[in-house]
Amino acid sequence: MMMKVHSSWFIVHSILFFLVLCAMLCTPCPGFSQSISSAELINNAKQYDGKLVIYEGEVIGDVMLRGEYAWINVNDEKNAIGIWIKKELIKDIVYTGSYKVGGDLVEITGKFNRSCVEHGGDLDIHAQSITKISSGNKTPHSVNKEEINLILFLSGIITVVFLLRLITKKFKA
Amino acid sequence: MILKPQLKDIKYIGYYLGKITIGVGFTMFVPFIMGLVFGEINPALDFLFSAEIALLCGLILTWVCATDKELNWMQGMVVVSSSWLVAMVLSAIPLFLSGHYKSFLDSCFETMSGFTTTGLTLVQDLDHLSYAHNLWRHLGPFIGGQGIVIIALALFMKGSAASFKMYVGEARDEKILPNVIHTARFIWLISIVYLVIGTLALGIVGMLIGLKPQNAFFHGACVFMAGFDTAGFAPQSQNILYYHSQIFEIVTIVIIIFGSLNFNLHYQFWSGNRKELMRNIETRTFLLSVMFTFFIVTIGLNKLGVYSNALILFRKGFFQLISGHTTTGYMTIYAQQFIKEWGHLALTGIICAMALGGCACSTAGGIKMLRVGIIFKAVRQDIKALVLPDHAIVAQKFHHMKTVFLEDAQARAVLVITMSYITIYVLGALIGVGCGYPVLDSLFESTSAAANVCFSCGITDAGMPTILKVTYIIQMWAGRLEFMSVFALLGFIVAFFKGK
Repeated sequence: MMMKVHSSWFIVHSILFFLVLCAMLCTPCPGFSQSISSAELINNAKQYDGKLVIYEGEVIGDVMLRGEYAWINVNDEKNAIGIWIKKELIKDIVYTGSYKVGGDLVEITGKFNRSCVEHGGDLDIHAQSITKISSGNKTPHSVNKEEINLILFLSGIITVVFLLRLITKKFKA
Repeated sequence: MILKPQLKDIKYIGYYLGKITIGVGFTMFVPFIMGLVFGEINPALDFLFSAEIALLCGLILTWVCATDKELNWMQGMVVVSSSWLVAMVLSAIPLFLSGHYKSFLDSCFETMSGFTTTGLTLVQDLDHLSYAHNLWRHLGPFIGGQGIVIIALALFMKGSAASFKMYVGEARDEKILPNVIHTARFIWLISIVYLVIGTLALGIVGMLIGLKPQNAFFHGACVFMAGFDTAGFAPQSQNILYYHSQIFEIVTIVIIIFGSLNFNLHYQFWSGNRKELMRNIETRTFLLSVMFTFFIVTIGLNKLGVYSNALILFRKGFFQLISGHTTTGYMTIYAQQFIKEWGHLALTGIICAMALGGCACSTAGGIKMLRVGIIFKAVRQDIKALVLPDHAIVAQKFHHMKTVFLEDAQARAVLVITMSYITIYVLGALIGVGCGYPVLDSLFESTSAAANVCFSCGITDAGMPTILKVTYIIQMWAGRLEFMSVFALLGFIVAFFKGK
């Protein structure tokens, strides 16, 4: 009798655990990435053409406003892809990647176009939603003191060579 | 018997090499100032350090090898070919210090690619590169396109026989003005005038399409320099696709066509002789060749249904075609799309366009339109001679600045260079195949490197074999200098070791 209760308890809990696991796998959420890489999208563009995709990466360069929409370029460390997005959806974007700044990390959900009819055949994504995964920040660049010392050392050598050149020229003359 | 070069030969070469090295050092102050202006201290220090090394090398060479003697042909050619190698190494120092290159060889590849106006790149994380380093990448094509030696001639040298030998050694056998120094200065004058106009045009378009004013003009200057000099570098990793703008693409097309035209044609145009543009064998051959190769590309793309309508096919197809034909290599598609989507026929059209190249005495690479035109005229002459009676005298003429009768020696010289190009395209492809890449991909990349184009189908990558990197560096260098000065350097080295 005791054994029977134990086994049914085990079966119920196993089913529950399985259902929870399935629910977790099926629910898209930041941190549990279902995003597709740029390389996968570009290399298999025909396969993904017109499909809804999730793509994540760093916003780089300029946010280019075009009327009610804007172009942002999102780089996933392999390639950057152009994202056509409504102006109101990019309010949260503060940092865009450059030498001095690490750009905001975003997750884009949108329609992938191998050759966008609206945009002259560009490979792009028309965003439906955007989620900011993490905020960018200013990249610290501390001054390289060793390089400064080398520069000073080389300046000294150049001055000596220059003077020696002048002296030998005068002697020859 | 081969004569061994004497110490004085090396001394003369060293002296002129030193002068050019000093010139390279001074140009590094441009990105240095840029770095200071944008508050990029470490990049500015990279350029100051590299400039000092270049100046020190130049000062020592001009001091130790001081001479007032003129160069002979051999020495002039050796100075040119070796100065490109020295410039490559010195200019690679600041790029390597940026930390955006995996090895020093990669940064050497980048600078050789820039100077030779090729544009193939091995940079890592380009979107986070400093303004100063990015400017240096684009300044390379602007210096190399006009000619590293030309800048030295225009700034540091008085008119002499040595100047002409070096001018010719840098693949510019046409004098626009009677004096070679005046010709060098004219080339720089028109380049700077176009730089101002082109930067303004692209900067304004950039602002209209949503770039920040500072970035609009910076990108404008960079895209102009790499576009007019048919290099294909761009400040962002997506190349011209970054801008998502048709107007930007149109302005870029105008700039790259201007850059691929003979400087002599620019001179004729500026001095009021506008008819020359229509009569010249190069412009006519260029027009026909663009039409023919675009026809092949269109059939290829249409057959596979790559683009959904004619307008898109024209926009994408023509941009890549004209970019390849002018040997610029600007792209509005991803490199992988060439192989994955374009198909063999369209790709063959692009390879043909790249191989043929732009005009002689321009910033473009490839076999060149003047040579292609002359070959056609020579073939026509031979066919005529076969058809007409034996005693008939067959004369063939062509118009290039003036009407010229085609001579056998001229046709032979043209064929030698053309065969050299074809050989180097095939050799590079064979090495690519040897490294395990497919035949068409290898031929595409090899032609792109040797014709100084920039198109990549994905082979050019920091992870490619070292032997392929070295092969492409040699191809870019030999292709840009049109072989003669490279052959002279090889001959000089052989004579040094085997001569008596």
